[in-house]
This record gives sequence, C-alpha cells and structure tokens, in this order.
Amino acid sequence: MASLSPPVTVTRAAAGIDELRLNVARRRRWDIVFAAVGLLATSVGVITLLALFVDLLLDGYHRLTPEFFLSYPSRRADQAGILSAWVGTCLVMLVTAAVGVPLSVCAGVYLEEYAPRNWVTALIEINVSNLAAVPSIVYGLLALGLFVYALNFGQSILSAGLTLALMIMPIIVVATREAIRAIPHTIREAAYAVGATRWQVTRDHVLPYAIPGIATGVIIGLARAIGETAPLVTIGALTFIAYLPDPPFTSTPPFVSFDWLWSGFTVLPIQMFNWVSRPGTAFHANAAAAGIVIVVLTLVMNGFAIWLRYRLRQRITW
Amino acid sequence: MASTTRSLIRPRVHHRDLRERIVEAILFTCAASAVAITTAIVVVLLVESAGFFERVSIVDFLTDTMWTPLFAEARYGILPLLCGTVLAAGVALIVAVPLGLMVALYLSEFAPVKVRETIKPFLELLEGVPTVVYGYFALLFVTPLLRNFIPDLPGFNVLSPGIVIGIMIVPYVASVSEDAMRAVPNSLREASYACGATRLQTTLRVVVPAATSGIVAAFMLGIARATGETMVVAIAAGQQPNLTLDPREPAATITAYIVQVALGDLPHGSIGYQSIFAAGLVLLVITLLFNVLAHLLRMRFREAY
Repeated sequence: MASLSPPVTVTRAAAGIDELRLNVARRRRWDIVFAAVGLLATSVGVITLLALFVDLLLDGYHRLTPEFFLSYPSRRADQAGILSAWVGTCLVMLVTAAVGVPLSVCAGVYLEEYAPRNWVTALIEINVSNLAAVPSIVYGLLALGLFVYALNFGQSILSAGLTLALMIMPIIVVATREAIRAIPHTIREAAYAVGATRWQVTRDHVLPYAIPGIATGVIIGLARAIGETAPLVTIGALTFIAYLPDPPFTSTPPFVSFDWLWSGFTVLPIQMFNWVSRPGTAFHANAAAAGIVIVVLTLVMNGFAIWLRYRLRQRITW
Repeated sequence: MASTTRSLIRPRVHHRDLRERIVEAILFTCAASAVAITTAIVVVLLVESAGFFERVSIVDFLTDTMWTPLFAEARYGILPLLCGTVLAAGVALIVAVPLGLMVALYLSEFAPVKVRETIKPFLELLEGVPTVVYGYFALLFVTPLLRNFIPDLPGFNVLSPGIVIGIMIVPYVASVSEDAMRAVPNSLREASYACGATRLQTTLRVVVPAATSGIVAAFMLGIARATGETMVVAIAAGQQPNLTLDPREPAATITAYIVQVALGDLPHGSIGYQSIFAAGLVLLVITLLFNVLAHLLRMRFREAY
C-alpha cells in the first residue's frame, strides 16, 4: 500500500512529526510550570519564616534593652522584663537535660545494641513511637496528675523539668538509634574479635562514633523543650513571678543547694504567652521582644544541629 | 605457666561479667521507661476521667451541645470543643495538604540537588519555631492581614490560627510524603521515561500512585499534629466553646480548653480539674487513632516493593 503512494505517506509522517514535536514542547512547558509552582509552594515556608521574624523584630526590637533582661515582670509594660523567665528557662532546662539526655541515650543504646528480637523489644519500640505521637499537652496532663499531685513535687521547676524530659525522650531515642545504626558492623566485629565485651564495644567504639549524631538529636530535643509552652501551662507554671529561685550555690558547706528544684517558676514562652494574652500594644511589644529571644535561641540551636549533621554527612568515610 | 595465666584472667572475667550485667540492666530500665510513661499517661487520664464520668454521664458528655463546666449551671458536652478542634484542623489541612504535597513533589522529583539541600534546612528551621511564637504571629500578623480581605473578621477567629497551623505542619507533611516518594524504585521512573513520558507525567502517573499510601499516611500524621496543637489556637482562636462550622467565628479547641482551665488554677479533685483529663483522653484517642491509621497505611506501602 505505502509503496503505491509514497508522497502521501511522507507528508503524513512529516505532519505527524510536527504534531509530535508540538505535543512534546507543550508537555515540556507543563513540566516547567509545575516546577515553578513547586518552587513557589516551597518558598511559602521560607517566606513565612522571614515574615514571622521581621514582624517580631519590628514589634519588639525597641524593647530589647539591657533592663529588659534584668527586670521582673511588671504591671507597667515599659518596666517589665524577662529576668525570672530566662532564669526559669535555664533551670528547667538543667533538669530536663540532666534527666532526659541520659535516660533517652541509654534507651536508644539498649534498643540498637543490646535488645534481643523478642516481644519485649517490640513492645518498647511501639511505645517509643507512640510517645512521639502524643500531643505535648497530654504530657502536661500526665505531669499534673503524676508529678504535681501523686508524687507531690508541686508546681515546681522539678516537675517542669521532668515533664519536658519525658516529652523529648522519643526525639533523642530516635536520633541515637539512627546515629548508632550508621556505624558499620566491621568496627564492632573488630573489637569483639580481640575479646572486648559488649559494653566495651559500645563504650569505646560505638558511642565515640555516634556522639555527633546523638548530639544533633539532643540539641533538637532541647530546642523543642525550650520553646514548649502547653505542658508547663498545664502543670500550673505561674505567669507573674517577681522573685528568683534559691541560688544553686551557697556560701556555706556543702556549697550546693537543691532548694531551687522546689521553687515556683516561669519560663520564656509562658511569659510571652502571658503578654500576648493581654490587651494593649505595649504588652504585645514585650511579647514580641520575648519572642525574638526565644526564636533566636531555638533557631541558633536548630541551626547548629542541622550544621552538625551536614558536616557529619560530609566527613563520613567508612 | 598456662594455669597462672588462667588464674590471672579468671577473676577479671568474672568481674567483667558482673559489670556487663549491671550495665545491661541499667540500659534496659531506661528503654523500658518508655512503656512506663505510656502506661502512666493512660492510667492518669483514665483515673481522673473516671472521677469525671462518675458525675457526668457519658451520654451527656458525647451529645450535649454546650460546654460550660466553669459556669454556675455547668454543662459538659464535648461537641463544641470537638467542633472547634475539627474546624481548626480542617482549615490547617486545607492549607497543608496542597502545599505539603507540592513541596514534597518538587523536592523529590523536580528540584536540583543544590536547591533541595538549600531549602530543606529552612523547612527544618520552620519546624523548630516554638508554637507560642506562631500564636503571636496568628493573632497579631495573620488576623490583621486577613481583615483586608474579610473586613468584619473578629479579632479572635479559627481561620487565622488554622492557616498558621497549616503552614506550621507543611514541613512535617512534606518530609513524610517525600520519604514515601523517594521509596518508589527508580526503575519505575526509568520505565516511564523510556516510554517517552515527561517528568510531570512520570510524577503524576507513576510516582504519586505508587506512593499514595505513604502520602495519605503523611496527611493522617498531619491531622494528628494539627489536632494536638495547643498554643496557636489558645492564643488566636478566643478560647470560647462555640458549636459552629464557620471558621470566621471564635471557638475553643480541646487543647485550648485545657490551657484555659490550667491557667485558672482549679483546686485538685474538683470537677473542672477532672474535666481537663476527660478532654485530654478524647484528644489522645483522636490523635492515636490517626497515628495508627497512618502506621497501617505505611505498613501496606512498605510491602509494595
């Protein structure tokens, strides 16, 4: 058939190719359009981050004076400061780190290096991933029922620190496990081959290599804890504190005091929440200033953690 | 000679064994504390809620349309709080689903490596911003902004915190669905390209269908996140239980109610005190439900290849 009328087929084919080219070009254009929309959607996040920060800066920059950091909250907005709030944040974080970090790292090490494959391990793993999904305010309810009333720690720095320690546990456990999992088995086998015990292998070979990865998780967890408000509101953190907890160091032996653990407290995000909830732009400026402090603090910590992980990825040469 | 070496080693081995056991016991205790914490959460919520349900019937709790535990004539219907929660989470999802999906598609299928490596840290930073700051942002930036478009928008409304929560959970939704898309084997993409499909066709007709269960799981996790979110709604939505489906009105979510009561310093054992545990129990059940759904979906999707 085709050989009988070659010219027709050739023109048809030519027309077909043109059509095809048009079609391909059209579809390529849609590729570009879609990629552009995707980039736009992705930059919404970056734009929001910028807008949020610029908004805070514009509203609160003029309040960031030395006095702001050295004054107690006050009924007069222009005299109010965040002294008790940042001291409270530091002390609560001290408890959170002291309890949460060893607890979570040990749990992660156990699950990755020690745990046998049985139902107990499976149960623990399910529970860790469940805990990661529990809303933070539910940790607050747990703390209210358990720490504040059942164990009678009261509405104290101790209760707050423990609450946040439990809350960040899943984050650090997951990070620890990932860091340990990335270490090749050859290193463990080499150590076992020369007669090291499991703990010796873990302590001398696994943990040193895993430390940067674990540190990333710890920093991200603590940054989360610093910014967390809801569970601390739930256990009854006070919003107006015009005193500081007892100092941890004393002039008389034994020179260390733990009375501050039982003290009432406020923290930066709660102070900010309190100021946001009040009507009037003067207090809102205070809230913005406190917000700048919190955002800078958490962004620096998160940024450091991200940088640490990035460097880690670059330097790995197993 | 051999016997002296053995006698030198033996006590050390014995000593080592003991230390090994102690260390393992300590590590196990730490890991097992995860089970203890979960148990404690469930027990605390159940015990305090049991006290609540002794005074309020479950039927009233689930069907009454008023939530006024702190009024003289107290009524305990969870519906207004549930409604506020669903509304806020709904608005958040309307924002987060398309945005998160686009971000995930772009980062997984379109973005050059350099762009991806630059943008991802920013998304992670967005996730790290404390929620109380987002609350400030919703109340004092987004609400005034929205007033340009909806002039009679009240100062407290569900729309603005909903949008902010939506943007807040975008990085999370995007990273979970991106993981699902990355798990699609490259051979599928290559087969599609070999048939002459473009990038977009491959993305929409090969990658997305193959990753559907993972993507839907990401949305479920996003719902769970949005439902449990507290400070943004507590600050910007008005803390007023309101049985409405209009996002322009003020309303209270379950989480906002808990915050409101906790701020009021109710006496231990009072019905108001117990009511926040009942509310918390409902919240926990909802979030766990969505998490379990997400988990099941992901298990299915893991089996695919």
